[in-house]
Amino acid sequence: MKIHEYQAKQIMAEFGVPVPRGRVARSPEEARQVAEELGGPVVVKAQIHAGGRGKGGGIKLASTPQEAERVASQIIGMTLVTPQTGPDGRLVKSVLVEEQVAADRELYLSVLIDNAAGRPLMMASAAGGMEIEEVASRTPEAIYRTTTDPAAGFQPYQGRQLAFALGLGGDLLRPAVQLMTGLYRAFAARDASLAEINPLVVTAPPEPRLLALDAKMNFDDNALFRHPEVAALRDKDEEDPLEVEAQELGINNYVKLTGNIGCVVNGAGLAMATMDSIKLAGGEPTNFLDIGTVNDVARVVNAFRILTADPNVRAILINIFGGMARVDVIAQGIVDAHQQMEVKVPVVVRLAGTNLEEGERILREASLPLIRAEELGEAAEKAVEAAK
Amino acid sequence: MSILVDSHTRVLVQGITGREGGFQTRRCIEYGTRVVAGVTPGRGGETAEGVPVFNTVREAVQETNANCSLIFVPAAFAADAILEAADAGLPVIVCITEGIPTLDMVMVRRRLQGEGIRLIGPNCPGVITPGQCRVGIMPGDVFAPGPVGVVSRSGTLVYEAVDQLTRRGIGQSTCVGIGGDPIPGTTVREVLELFDADPETKALVLIGEIGGSAEQEAAEYIRQGMSKPVISFVAGSTAPPGRRMGHAGAIIAGNTGTAQAKKEALAAAGAVICESPAEIGSTTERVMKERGLL
Repeated sequence: MKIHEYQAKQIMAEFGVPVPRGRVARSPEEARQVAEELGGPVVVKAQIHAGGRGKGGGIKLASTPQEAERVASQIIGMTLVTPQTGPDGRLVKSVLVEEQVAADRELYLSVLIDNAAGRPLMMASAAGGMEIEEVASRTPEAIYRTTTDPAAGFQPYQGRQLAFALGLGGDLLRPAVQLMTGLYRAFAARDASLAEINPLVVTAPPEPRLLALDAKMNFDDNALFRHPEVAALRDKDEEDPLEVEAQELGINNYVKLTGNIGCVVNGAGLAMATMDSIKLAGGEPTNFLDIGTVNDVARVVNAFRILTADPNVRAILINIFGGMARVDVIAQGIVDAHQQMEVKVPVVVRLAGTNLEEGERILREASLPLIRAEELGEAAEKAVEAAK
Repeated sequence: MSILVDSHTRVLVQGITGREGGFQTRRCIEYGTRVVAGVTPGRGGETAEGVPVFNTVREAVQETNANCSLIFVPAAFAADAILEAADAGLPVIVCITEGIPTLDMVMVRRRLQGEGIRLIGPNCPGVITPGQCRVGIMPGDVFAPGPVGVVSRSGTLVYEAVDQLTRRGIGQSTCVGIGGDPIPGTTVREVLELFDADPETKALVLIGEIGGSAEQEAAEYIRQGMSKPVISFVAGSTAPPGRRMGHAGAIIAGNTGTAQAKKEALAAAGAVICESPAEIGSTTERVMKERGLL
């Protein structure tokens, strides 16, 4: 799950990571008020779940509260298009109004899970402000890493190693180690999947200090059950409406794509392989949908509900290889869906695995106008043909 | 021969009194698996699916000499269940549970490090040695005994691949679903090592998917001198970057995570790549015939 920059900064600040003074505003008037409270020049930043905001006109400077109100009125309500939003962009509903900071240096710092090591990894780079993937591909030697033993936690020596590598000696050493320790603790305590500060700035002399100028936190969906305060930060407006509806109907693994063949599959790997097969047969999937392993007829009906609500769907391909998921339950769901709604597009069904005979009996007795396939390749070809 | 489990394996089921735990335990017993005990805290002394239930794993091991655990405990309590099995000295632990928090698995992997315990999963279909022992949730009648080892991050793709093999009369030595989570207990590469050392396994089917670098690590092992042929399919060629495709681990981030990068690494190491998931069986048959293995 993703959250907004201002929310990430609040969480990091709780763990002792220094952030610029500022507050979120949901109207131009509120933006002026915040600017008045802060005093001095401010920066007004669009709050959407995507990066690259500056390039799209989503970040503006203001030297007076009146100017803050004016630029906020330009940003709030705009549809912001950045390289990460896709061509449709995102509607901006709020802005973060912060004190302007004169930066002497821009650094990068993040914590994420190193899957190969199975441990949290802290990454730092002196090339702040750039995408870390870009730094990694151009100058991998410019990224410093340290993995943490989860039993011991992040140690001060690890912070010192990174700080010295970044050139943060002298008076900045202690604050740097404190900041890194805080970032690690925020990551671990909230079950984050990413805690990133980019850029982390060293402010201009005479009194240089460290500040998280931009902040991003993503969270492990599987751990939200034990962090209700994090789950409450979810902003459904930032997500695809069909995906939100799917989740509300109990289908958690639905991803909207661009083609015209709707897929219902059990298992993430088979769902991806089914999409790949459709593509190889000359078609394009409208979605990824893993129906999962909970044996619930209503969920199958809901999958039909989602797919038939999508005007792009010209054919539906159901590919089930029962293991924990039972074919008879899926078959009953297909029958119920046809009773409860008008299915106007052709439906291709391929069933195999656990309780297949019972599932076949249910479909036979319902005598629905289904296109049947026995194998995966055949099913994909029939679906592509049916969608034409 | 086989890897991980065989007809001598004595299985205990953690979460045997749950709905899926009970259903799948019955299926395991029907398949011929020696299920010797169940564990559900507070239900000790009862009988479930015809086997005695114990309050703790330690007690179950003492009473029944179980040497493998199969876990169906809900996600919030699964890490604890894995560690309880490890603490009782079980050398093979198979965890089916989906949705375990990543940081719980970080802690579990740290705890198991250097203990010589083989954790398969979580979020996996389990392990099956056809004709001998099913420790998991796979549809048993799709599998047949034979010379091909199968390893996959996806459960249903194991069934798909095995179905294609069995329809062609090609059986399997052991099939291992390592699971779709970002931090699996056992990696693809580690399973390849086990198969490489098993004299009955003549060829391997490796099913990968987008996300992480497990296929690249496996490719490195193949390149270093694996003599058995490896046939591989990587799912997710059509997946958009940055989106999690069901499995928590299946998300393309950076260049190593793409299906293309994984296929290239495996092909460069000498694996035979199937572009279509419908061609896993036919490709395996062709490669094995070419090498005189069928």
